[in-house]
Amino acid sequence: MYEVLRHYNYWLYVLLLALGLYGMMSKANLMKKLIAMGIFQWAIIYYFISIGAKKGGNIPIFPEHGIENLTIRAQDYVNPLPHVLMLTAIVVGVATTGIALALLIKIWQNWNTLEEDEILQRMRNE
Amino acid sequence: MNEQLPALVVVIPLLFSFLIYLMGFIGRRMPYFLLLISSALTSLSSWKLLIRVIKEGPISYHIGGWEPPWGIEYRVDHLNGVLAFVVSLVAFLVILSFRERVEKEVEVSRWSQLYALFSLQLCGLLGITVTGDVFNLYVLLEIASFSAYAMVAIGKKGGEFSAFRYLIFGTIGACCYLLGVGHLYILTGSLNMVDIVNLLKNLPDSSALRVGLCLLVIGIGVKMALFPLHTWLPDAYSQAPSTVSAFLAPLATKVAGYVLLRILFWMFKPTFPSEKVLLEILGWLALIGAFFFSFMAIVQRELRRAFCYLLLSEISLLGMGVSSGNLDGLRGAILHLINDVFMMGCLFTSICAFIHLFENEGLKDLEGLGLKNPWVSLGFLIGGLSVIGIPPFGGFFSKWYLILGTIEGKKWHLLVGLLVSSLINAVLIFKILERIYLKGTHLELSKRLPFCFSVSLLSFSISLLLLGGLASTIVKKVIDPWIFSLGGF
Amino acid sequence: MDLQSGRVLMEKESLLPLLALLTPLFGSFLILLFGERRRNLREGTTLVISSLTLLWTFLMLEALNEGHILKKDLFELFPGLWFSFRADPFGMVFLLLSTSLWLIISIYSIGYMRSLNEHAQTRFFFCFSLAILGAIGVALSSNLASLFVFYEILTVSTFFLVAHEESPEALRAGRKYLVYLLSGASLGLFGIVYLWARYGNLSFLEGGFIGEVKDWALTFVFLVTFLGFGTKAALMPFHEWLPSAMIAPTPVSALLHAVAVVKAGVFTCLRILYFVFGAKDFPLGFLLGLSLFVSFTVIGANLLAIREDNLKRRLAFSTVNNLAVILLGGLMLSKEALKGAILHIPFHGFMKITLFMCAGSIYVSSKRERVSELDGIGHSMPFTMGAFTVAALGLCGIPPLCGFLSKWYLCLGTLEASKKWFLLVWLTSAFLDAVYFLPIVYRAFFKGKKDPMIKEAPLSMTIPLLLTALGSVVLGLFPNFLFHLLDLVKMVISSFWGV
Repeated sequence: MYEVLRHYNYWLYVLLLALGLYGMMSKANLMKKLIAMGIFQWAIIYYFISIGAKKGGNIPIFPEHGIENLTIRAQDYVNPLPHVLMLTAIVVGVATTGIALALLIKIWQNWNTLEEDEILQRMRNE
Repeated sequence: MNEQLPALVVVIPLLFSFLIYLMGFIGRRMPYFLLLISSALTSLSSWKLLIRVIKEGPISYHIGGWEPPWGIEYRVDHLNGVLAFVVSLVAFLVILSFRERVEKEVEVSRWSQLYALFSLQLCGLLGITVTGDVFNLYVLLEIASFSAYAMVAIGKKGGEFSAFRYLIFGTIGACCYLLGVGHLYILTGSLNMVDIVNLLKNLPDSSALRVGLCLLVIGIGVKMALFPLHTWLPDAYSQAPSTVSAFLAPLATKVAGYVLLRILFWMFKPTFPSEKVLLEILGWLALIGAFFFSFMAIVQRELRRAFCYLLLSEISLLGMGVSSGNLDGLRGAILHLINDVFMMGCLFTSICAFIHLFENEGLKDLEGLGLKNPWVSLGFLIGGLSVIGIPPFGGFFSKWYLILGTIEGKKWHLLVGLLVSSLINAVLIFKILERIYLKGTHLELSKRLPFCFSVSLLSFSISLLLLGGLASTIVKKVIDPWIFSLGGF
Repeated sequence: MDLQSGRVLMEKESLLPLLALLTPLFGSFLILLFGERRRNLREGTTLVISSLTLLWTFLMLEALNEGHILKKDLFELFPGLWFSFRADPFGMVFLLLSTSLWLIISIYSIGYMRSLNEHAQTRFFFCFSLAILGAIGVALSSNLASLFVFYEILTVSTFFLVAHEESPEALRAGRKYLVYLLSGASLGLFGIVYLWARYGNLSFLEGGFIGEVKDWALTFVFLVTFLGFGTKAALMPFHEWLPSAMIAPTPVSALLHAVAVVKAGVFTCLRILYFVFGAKDFPLGFLLGLSLFVSFTVIGANLLAIREDNLKRRLAFSTVNNLAVILLGGLMLSKEALKGAILHIPFHGFMKITLFMCAGSIYVSSKRERVSELDGIGHSMPFTMGAFTVAALGLCGIPPLCGFLSKWYLCLGTLEASKKWFLLVWLTSAFLDAVYFLPIVYRAFFKGKKDPMIKEAPLSMTIPLLLTALGSVVLGLFPNFLFHLLDLVKMVISSFWGV
């Protein structure tokens, strides 16, 4: 049991994931959905980054000189790959948010509301 | 040039999309022709790529010269070679047809933007197809999805709301896929597909691995619109401009289907412990989906929505083929993938043409079309007959293998589902054919269909016929080599 | 020509089977091209291609005389399964029926469509050619997969013919048609794919390739396949599409009943029984049960026919009866019965097409469709009703018409197979035939008076039906006339049982 509870980084991301999902599914306001989606995406980013962390790990940057004298052991350095991947994922998240905001602007222009049920109502009336 | 083919296939549409957008400031008509050239060049490259793969076997291309597993690898074997070609060819045919339609449906200021989005979408789709790196796949998946969200929103009033819902749902899917990738990365330490396959062999079974697999499948299931993750599709594809659905419907979900095949059969073999259960569940979901979608298709009043449900039921057939898990079921699934791209391209382009002629989408307005415009009717006829599985068109041959797969795998519930859903689809198709050919018309047809439209429709019809005749060749030259390379069959 | 049975037949490559298929295919597109604007050219095309196809058929018959079965493999449908054709004796019987009657019905339908000034004639002739293409393909196919391809082409092309009238009833009939036939075909497809999965072979072989049918799974598959293709053969309770399809114009009904669709169904069932399953060693009692099931159709259809007042619907039920007769003969598993069954395919074809053509002529001349309206019409249309009488007597089994010959063999075969009780079925069926055919003849000639308003239908319609009526007589007296039907049938029998 302790083994499972110990990995608090996973618990954090599960919590955020659940929050995000809940928000996306149950909130009627589109803006709130968008915010929840953001939470969902950031949760994943935390997850990835957290798995690269190591106890006592150093920043994975080598000095310009004197590298020949160093013994490089992987466990001394934080894993840089997840960070790199998450840079991409952050960009993707930003782009998604951008598109979503643009869509929300257009929805506001067309229907004058951001509540999902009201929009559906107005669409049906058309 | 030859060595760069795997990258060319992705880079050409990417570069052209920027070019198209910039050219939009200079001329009004230019962007379209650039798009046409872009897709033509891409089709040519993918054809040459396919030929090379058939002759030499799987090709590996290292982006930037970095060797895998540190660098990103583009790996083209028979499965994605043929899919890349099919996707780019159908994209070309659809693009060929839709200029006048786009100009009618979208405001002038947005033409070049829309064309750029098409090219970007093509880039994303082809990238998903040829890439050999799971994270790169996520990136390209998102590129394709973004363009799709934007494309759906350009156009009439209902579009942007459906696009927003599509965005929310699609992002959940992509994030699930990313989570799955994360699990795989934690367990294997690699992102390269070939590498992962080797590393998985030595891994003990663990719940982390199982969850990873499930997350991958759920994520792809959203993109592929498997039951019950399909809810975004009918709204998105029917509210989008007709040209956009003609482009998205045949291509986007099928590429996701390819990814599913890659994950379930190439990376994780069916011998993987929990995969059998997963396949079983997929089969049942596909079965329910097939029935549900076929019925929904019949009761629709709008033509495009009906075909969206038809598309969904075809995807369920794919799911059933996957679930059989044996050699012939896999053959059927892949052949069905290839056929379905053409079938849906044919049907949705016909709808495009129909809307172009009559400015109306209702089922009732199809009456008497057969006499007035032979090409559009031909598109509906041949596409429809192929969907039901009437020989000599392509759909029959994939249906044969799908049935064979269920019989050999003793999955009788899937067999019943296959046969019955085809019959229910037949109700829809013949309802439409009845309206087209067997009803007199009071419609006055003032417009002529643009020449390119007719050419495109005719090409689709001929290709469906060719797919039937060439089915055996396709199986022997392309599908079987891939399946046997999987081992274990 | 003198065909000898009992000789070993050798296969030989030839383009003729391909020609027999390509001619209607290209012809149908030519018809589409000529359209309504060049109707005479269009009609001419129909006549030319039907004559040409008949020519090819006779050439293939000639080859059989020299001891050669002509074949042609086209390309692989699936790896290991070829799209191939073979003019074997059994197929030739069906082929001769289809192509000879195509020529006759083409002449008739040109007259019919023009007299009634029907709409959508181009679509009609186009679908007609495609339907015949389907029938020829079914006859010539050398394996179940190729057969299935043409089977479905037949269904789709005839759908447009059935719903030709475009009225609500016609559309309803068309939908019913599709539901029955496509569902049946799905069952048949399941059977075919199962056989492919289990045996890796679908080619027709005299004596079948399955050997003993020991397990119930295979029996079940056989049953499902037989019933699936039996829907096209209008087995009860899957027969309802046939009477409903009578709403179509008469040339279509004649085509459906005498030539294409129903005979393709019966042909396929017999192919599966004899050339795939080898017709032996079924589990105990299974064939008996199936024979009883089919006998039910034989009697039931005739009983229903008596109740029908609409002439074409009555003829439809008579067809259901005759098809079941053919199947029952096949299920007897004896030489004479099979002889009778196979002979009945073309014989019934000739007689039934005569009856339908008469019904069409009556409609064209007098707009009458019901038996109750037919009083005295024999005086106004003596030739037409004369032909009707001849054909009706033939179907009742009166010598010297061909119907007697096939029924005679069937009865012989029943005795030969020691299934005496089925004689009752034949006799009851023949009796009931008389009950619903003879009153029509009686009414036409012996009741009512000549109506001066009604005259014979145009020559283009009357001559074909006189020809087929004459054919019924001639084939009864000289069963080998022109088509060498008896010899062909003997070849089929000898390939199964030795000489």
